[in-house]
Parts: sequence; structure tokens; C-alpha cells
Amino acid sequence: MSKSPNDMRTPLGKVRGLGSAREGTLHFWRQRLTAIANVPLVLFFVGLLIALNGADYETTRAVLANPLVTLVLALMLISALFHMRLGMQVIIEDYVHGEGAKLVCLILNTFFTIAVGAMAIFALLKLAVGG
Amino acid sequence: MTMSIIHRITGSALYLGTLLVAWWLIAASISQDYFDYVSWLFGTFLGRLVLFGYTWALLHHMLGGIRHFIWDTGAGLEKHTATKLAWATLAGSIVLTILVWIAGYATRGM
Repeated sequence: MSKSPNDMRTPLGKVRGLGSAREGTLHFWRQRLTAIANVPLVLFFVGLLIALNGADYETTRAVLANPLVTLVLALMLISALFHMRLGMQVIIEDYVHGEGAKLVCLILNTFFTIAVGAMAIFALLKLAVGG
Repeated sequence: MTMSIIHRITGSALYLGTLLVAWWLIAASISQDYFDYVSWLFGTFLGRLVLFGYTWALLHHMLGGIRHFIWDTGAGLEKHTATKLAWATLAGSIVLTILVWIAGYATRGM
């Protein structure tokens, strides 16, 4: 943090609310926000699985192609995957101490969640258009 | 203490579990044969065991998350209250898991 000659802010003013990672409580906030969203979205998914238990292929496809179901499942996937990426990030930061290994794990964490999300949402869209 | 690490373990299990969700959706989007194969796989004894564990991990993590929301308000942090909340989370998650599976079997009609 180099100090420019015209910077009138005190060191405290610069870090207040941000912390050393310069993102302040953003991580915590997003964790809680997605956690709140996950409760109704995941409960809907559990209800859907109960309803579809033992259902044949055609019924399952028809239900999954319903626009409301597609939308809620897509939102659930986005919220849950975002939430778990944040959670796994904390676990990695707590237990992986080597800088290189930590970086690799953090990158893989992001790749994994985005890959799972892309595949699942692609399948949902395919079902939605009847493909 | 123990519940904190369980929250992380169930979270990690759910992390890997999303592969099963994606797999199921992909199977439904591919073909009847592949969907039937995955349904059969999930329906085997081992498959059901994994899914039962998955259900418990999900509900335990959800109740644990609600416990965190209570703590966020500043309530429930006293030692004996926190211990009670921990037991309630564990008991609640087991009861809810069993209820979900009873509902599942009731739908299936077997």
C-alpha cells in the first residue's frame, strides 16, 4: 500500500470495513445470502425428488420440462454452487498452508463448481426445450 | 466444536454430492436407456445408502445453517443453550431424514 503524497486518508480510513483481503465482509455476506436462498430452493428440490420417486422416464422428463421447475432448479444450482464454492474456499484457506498448493486448490474449486453448474444447467435447458 | 467440524464435513459431502444431482439431470436429458440405468444404480442398496447419507448431510447442514443464523443475531451463544441447539440439530436432522424417506417410499407405493 504505497502512500501517494496527495492522499489525505489515514491508514485506518483506508482499511476500515475492508480488512487485509480488501473485500471486507463480502465473503461472509454472500455466504449468508446464498444460505438464505438455499433453504426454500433446496426444499423445493427435495419435494420434487419425493414426488418423482419411482416415476418413469416420460413423467420425469415432463416434470423437469415445466418452466417453473426449470427456473427453480436453475436458481437452486446457481445459489447452492456459489454457496459451496465459498464454503470450500474457507476450508482450503484453513487447511492448505503452502501458497502454491492453496492457489491450485482455490482454482480447482472455482473450476469444479462452474463445470458442475454448466453441465447441470445445460441438461436442464435441454430438457426444457424437449431435446 | 464437534458440530463445527460436522458442518464442514457435511458441507464437503454435499459439495461432491452435486455430481449426483448433475448426473441425474444429465441422464434425464440423454435417453431413456441411460436414465433407467442411472435410476437402477441409485436404487441399488449401495445407491440408496449413499442417497440416505446425502439426505442426512443436506438436512443436517441446513439445520446447522439455521443455527448459525440464530447465532448471527447474537442469541443462543450461552454454553448450555449452544449445547441444546447442537443436540436439537442432530436429532432434528435424523428425524427429518427419516420423514423424507418415508414420504419418498409412500409416493412410490411400496
